[in-house]
Amino acid sequence: MTNLLEVKNLTVKFPTRDTVFEAVRGLSFSLGRERLGIVGESGSGKSITGRAILRLIRKPGIVEADRIALEGKNLLTLSEKEMREVRGHRISMIMQDPKFSLNPVMKIGDQICEAYRLHTRASRSEARKKTLAMLEAVLIRDPERVFKSYPHEMSGGMGQRIMIAMMLIPDPKILIADEPTSALDVTVQKEVLEIMDKLVRERGMGLIFISHDLNVVSAFCDRVLIMYSGRIVETCRADQLHNATHPYTVGLLNSMPRLEHPVDYLEVLKRDDSWDTMPSVGGTLETEIIT
Amino acid sequence: MVTQNTTGKGWLKLSIPSWISGCGSVIFTVLITMVGLLFVTFIIGRVMPIDPVLSIVGESASRATYEAAYQELGLDKPLLVQFFIFLRDIAQGNFGESLLTARPVSQDLLRVFPATMELATMGTIVGVLLGVPLGVIAAVKRGSWIDHIARVVALVGYSMPVFWIGLIGLLILYGKLGWVGGPGRLDIFYVDIIPRVTGMILVDSLLAGDMVVFRNAISHIVLPAGLLAYYSLAYISRMTRSFMLEQLDQEYIITARVKGLSESAVIWRHAFGNVKVPLVTVIALSYAALLEGSVLTETIFSWPGIGSYITTALLSADMNAVLGGTVVVGLVFVCLNIFSDLLYKFFDPRAR
Repeated sequence: MTNLLEVKNLTVKFPTRDTVFEAVRGLSFSLGRERLGIVGESGSGKSITGRAILRLIRKPGIVEADRIALEGKNLLTLSEKEMREVRGHRISMIMQDPKFSLNPVMKIGDQICEAYRLHTRASRSEARKKTLAMLEAVLIRDPERVFKSYPHEMSGGMGQRIMIAMMLIPDPKILIADEPTSALDVTVQKEVLEIMDKLVRERGMGLIFISHDLNVVSAFCDRVLIMYSGRIVETCRADQLHNATHPYTVGLLNSMPRLEHPVDYLEVLKRDDSWDTMPSVGGTLETEIIT
Repeated sequence: MVTQNTTGKGWLKLSIPSWISGCGSVIFTVLITMVGLLFVTFIIGRVMPIDPVLSIVGESASRATYEAAYQELGLDKPLLVQFFIFLRDIAQGNFGESLLTARPVSQDLLRVFPATMELATMGTIVGVLLGVPLGVIAAVKRGSWIDHIARVVALVGYSMPVFWIGLIGLLILYGKLGWVGGPGRLDIFYVDIIPRVTGMILVDSLLAGDMVVFRNAISHIVLPAGLLAYYSLAYISRMTRSFMLEQLDQEYIITARVKGLSESAVIWRHAFGNVKVPLVTVIALSYAALLEGSVLTETIFSWPGIGSYITTALLSADMNAVLGGTVVVGLVFVCLNIFSDLLYKFFDPRAR
């Protein structure tokens, strides 16, 4: 597998009044044409990682890395204008809640067309045709109607499918899905995940799936990075997640109820200060092979 | 999935009936508001401790003259009857006669309101054209020197008394430098040489194709309109800034950036598209406040507008003029509110 994306020693800092808060501390990982899960609790730095890759951390946040390379090209040295070519066109991102991530006063069709025309310079009618096809690809039954509708007229599941259509229409190589199903009902979650999975596979894309839901990640991804306080504490194949060894991962797994092993009391995660200071585990494919 | 609503299509299909019923409810709201407004103005007019009869007949009139005038004004009738007579007269556009000018109040209003409207419109247009971009830039460049300058400009606009800035402006720009026209709407030798159509000299002179009068009118309106513009700019730019900051924090802004849009498209197409919605109300209210007539500005610049008209009338117990003026101002407020509601719906699909 070739590396679509390579992140080496990524650090994201936010200066506060008297200290500097490090949200991500020396993160390294790579991504092939696979589905990579990043799991961690709130504040572990997983969403920040996604945004840092797209260079969307706004001032006063500081992003430092030895290298963030897309197919061998270092993104850190690109100008803002070149970076805009990368965003959407090469790397795209889906966010948590379509209620907030779609522009409420713009028609859905216009929002999707905008994403397409920006990178292809296609004509209006061409973009419209492509948009309708894309809406159909995310299994929206009445694309013509949805095209003319506004986001508030859509349900959460519909909204997230629209979001997927919008983010995939310029044909990016990598999709970062930042908790794409956390705001959805459980019944709709699966539908949306399946649609996303199908499209990502068909297009041979790499997917970074950010989530706090261990079950979803282990079922859906190929490989998992477990983040804690800005670092990767463990990495493993998704189907081997139950064999994880790091006390944090084990603690997380044990704090979930299981049908096959009912317990009277669920374990509460006991944190260890040493987790904070341990060096980050490499999340590259190579380290994966060695372990 | 099954529960999506169909407002997208339904709205179009039902557009004609809903438009009519919409109009109906709008007219109903206007009527209710206007009757309420008239009632309050009427009561205030009657309970004020001034004697309208006395101000007509004078202190030294005989008892019989006083009685005759009292009955002529209908003051001997019950209050409710007086109110209905008042309503009936207003419905016919009859506000009675002004004691001060000895002309029908309706004619006076037709003369003074266009003057105020001309001034307020100019002020609002300039205030919006400068204030909105200033607010947007201040929000986008938050914390930069532009933001600080915008804050100081707005603060000065809020806190400087208009009579002071107005007088100093007249002193320097008119008195010393002669760059602008002095008080009044026109120089004396241009008065009444163009036919009166709208009562707004700028419009009338353009309609008549008289550029000399137009230029003179501009030179007169520049200073007072500029002052009013400064005040509305201060308010509008501050509001725009805070609306903009709120929108720039929203998730859809990140979405727009993820798409790869340029900063200007993110700001103007996406964020500003949402700012327009609350901004409409702010601009309408500030316009309405100016249409009410700014007494101080009108006084300093001898501008024959509705603000100074009502104030003068009030000070000389000219109740017909006061009530007439109040009704016009109230009507303007109601109309502007309705207009901003319509615009609101136009800009925000969620309000439809």
